[in-house]
Amino acid sequence: MSTPVIHPIARLTGARKRYGAITALDGIDLELRRGELLALLGSNGAGKSTALGLLTGRLAADAGEVSLFGADPREASARRRIGVMLQEARLPETLRVRELVHLFASYYPAPRAVDETLALAGLTELAPRRYAALSGGQQRRVQFALAICGAPELVFVDEPTTGLDVEARRGFWQVIHALREAGTSIVLTTHYLEEADALAERVVLIERGRMIAEDTPSGLKSRAQGARLRCVTRLSAAELAALPEVQSIEPEGSRVSIRCSDSDALLRRLLHLDPALHGIEIRPLNLEDAFLALTGDAA
Amino acid sequence: MNAPSLHSSLPMTGAQNLRLYALEAWYELLRMARTPAFVIPTLAFPVAFYLMFAVLIPGQWGSFQKATYLFATYGVFGVIGPALFGFGVGMAMERESGLLELKRVSPMPIAAYFAAKIAMSLIAALCVVLLLSAAAMGLGDVRMAFGDWTLLLGALMLGALPFCALGLLIGSLVKGQAAVGIVNLIYLPMSVLSGLWMPLFAFPEIIQKLAVVWPAWHLAQLALGISGQIEGVNVLLHSAVLIGFTVFFLALAALRLKGR
Repeated sequence: MSTPVIHPIARLTGARKRYGAITALDGIDLELRRGELLALLGSNGAGKSTALGLLTGRLAADAGEVSLFGADPREASARRRIGVMLQEARLPETLRVRELVHLFASYYPAPRAVDETLALAGLTELAPRRYAALSGGQQRRVQFALAICGAPELVFVDEPTTGLDVEARRGFWQVIHALREAGTSIVLTTHYLEEADALAERVVLIERGRMIAEDTPSGLKSRAQGARLRCVTRLSAAELAALPEVQSIEPEGSRVSIRCSDSDALLRRLLHLDPALHGIEIRPLNLEDAFLALTGDAA
Repeated sequence: MNAPSLHSSLPMTGAQNLRLYALEAWYELLRMARTPAFVIPTLAFPVAFYLMFAVLIPGQWGSFQKATYLFATYGVFGVIGPALFGFGVGMAMERESGLLELKRVSPMPIAAYFAAKIAMSLIAALCVVLLLSAAAMGLGDVRMAFGDWTLLLGALMLGALPFCALGLLIGSLVKGQAAVGIVNLIYLPMSVLSGLWMPLFAFPEIIQKLAVVWPAWHLAQLALGISGQIEGVNVLLHSAVLIGFTVFFLALAALRLKGR
């Protein structure tokens, strides 16, 4: 690659974290570059929030190193340069939207103007409302506003759209785009492949506390492209495995479940080989399948 | 692109820090003032009880003058409430809701969080004592020299601090609604057993002897001494005990918070 050397603004090196018998992070190396939007993608409990907890100084690593702007994130001076939106935080219900932004902006040396933050987060009209009177999506936007009100260089958002309806999710994506255009680096965690695809320049896949893949969204998508085809067939597993489109086969009762690269081509071929083929069902790969495809590639 | 980095890596100026502490306290106060479940019990109950038991039914309890005795002891009762319910329950709720976590990952110094809770508790306590004073001197027949009254006010304000420390301890031990139960389990029995609702001579001797274990009893002794209801109060001893309780609660809370 001919890209110039870019110093990371935050870094995890061999980071480990355990909760009792559960290993949440099992030696993760991660670098964040200035100006990029990085998505940490993984299922629930994969270790994404723990990684964010280490980078934001909320948690201490059991082993390995954590650095944020070259400092320990538990130092306030490093945290003045970041903004954080936690996966779950209920804000004081009796305070108004504008008041919450006003308060959190006071934690920073050179914050955005309150009106600017409200406009960026799409909250201008909701500013006089009490937090308790907002919908779930609006409350998430307020939490986001608190993450950006200090004009931080780097913003961490943990599962920003979990539990939001499609419209609220799209609205949130627009807000993230606006922030990117203002030059802010962003790290977001998500378990939606679609969300990582819509927003990120770089995607890191985390599963069971380990990083299993790193790619651009388009690279990831092409690797995870394909479908799952279920059917009842008299063809044997060995015969199926020999077909070029077939990636893997699992028996499911009387049916067989086939992960394949091109379901149209495979279906034509199967119908040709087995005219009695029935019980056909075709679905796009879900995230779990994508993980399997990617771990398969990585192995 | 570089604009944000130039700004946000600046240190906070002294004036900005002062503003941060002031805003943290102001919004804590505003938040609680808009919460009827906090305002009504903590502000209205002590004065309502005072009106009922001291103004509507005046009289003597032995050598005690009811209106003055209860002014001092409901003052103690009244300053404990905001410390336990505002500080203790408030912190327990914010640990559960994730707000404390959010503030810990923000650049806010944690001292500002505690200072705001103390300021809110003390201002609420001041309101309680002013309301009680108005009832005692306006509606009751309590007469007190201005100097004694300011001394009582000062003692009650300082006396709220050990209970802020107890609130901090409760807030560090339990999360959410469980704190309400614990506070009620401590607050009301301690108040009765410290003679805040009626003089202890009405109780069995064992309860009178055990009163020394309650910080509220020690603060009540100071308040009753200042208001002239009891004589020969050992001010140094009771003050030392209250300071000891404060250090003890703070140490336990610090151990608990560090251990997490």
